Amino acid sequence: MSAVSAGPLEKGSTSTVEAPVREKETRSEEELDVPWQVVVHNDPVNLMTYVTMVFQRVFGYPREKAERHMLEVHHQGRSILWSGVRERAEFYVQQLHSHLLLATLEKIN
Amino acid sequence: MEICRDKDALQISDLDPFLAELLRQIPLSANPDGASAAEARLFSQPSAEKEICAEWKSYVEPELRRLFQTASETVTDDLAQLNGNEKSLSNCTLHIPIEHADAWLNTLNQARLVIATKYRFSDEELNDHNRSPIGSRRDLGLFQINFYGFLQEFILREIASG
Repeated sequence: MSAVSAGPLEKGSTSTVEAPVREKETRSEEELDVPWQVVVHNDPVNLMTYVTMVFQRVFGYPREKAERHMLEVHHQGRSILWSGVRERAEFYVQQLHSHLLLATLEKIN
Repeated sequence: MEICRDKDALQISDLDPFLAELLRQIPLSANPDGASAAEARLFSQPSAEKEICAEWKSYVEPELRRLFQTASETVTDDLAQLNGNEKSLSNCTLHIPIEHADAWLNTLNQARLVIATKYRFSDEELNDHNRSPIGSRRDLGLFQINFYGFLQEFILREIASG
């Protein structure tokens, strides 16, 4: 994320606003534009009904869609549950971890 | 053992001493202390990117620890109903307030994951729900996973039915 600040005005200065000064850049624009995906991985311990309920709760998916993703995890080993900006993806992964699901966020190349 | 829903609580009654002990073991079984593989499973890596993992360890993992600990404490408090004379268990009913259902689901899941990691059960073993008899500590671990899974299924069904 980029942080900007305006410099202080000098006494008697005629200008009203000085040009913003870029102080620090922690993440490039290109990086911000890269979409991320939330992936859930298969785990033989978590119950299928439990995983379905978690998908419904975390993503607000209807039961059918949640079950479809659960079965994809079960049969394919993983399922992409969501994709978009990094902050939101991190939030979803945190929610999934709080329910003890194996979840990761991945950059979409 | 009987398990049913009564208004705003889940009830487990007619407990024999063995199942009562398994219930009492839930919080202890959920504790990954001393088992690094179990610890790694409960607090799994969120990404292949080192920077994300480092931030996660500093900011998210402590929150998850607090959440799991709080859930476990709620279950421990509910299980205090089972303290006392073993002979009286047949008349004892464990009441789980419905608002504690999430804490129970979470702690049962912690326990199942920790036990499964500790004994390195294969997929085949985990899918064998009719395995018997219990002849070793490992067999008991698998029985615990199935018993706790049965409780989770019941709780999930009751949550879904409102």
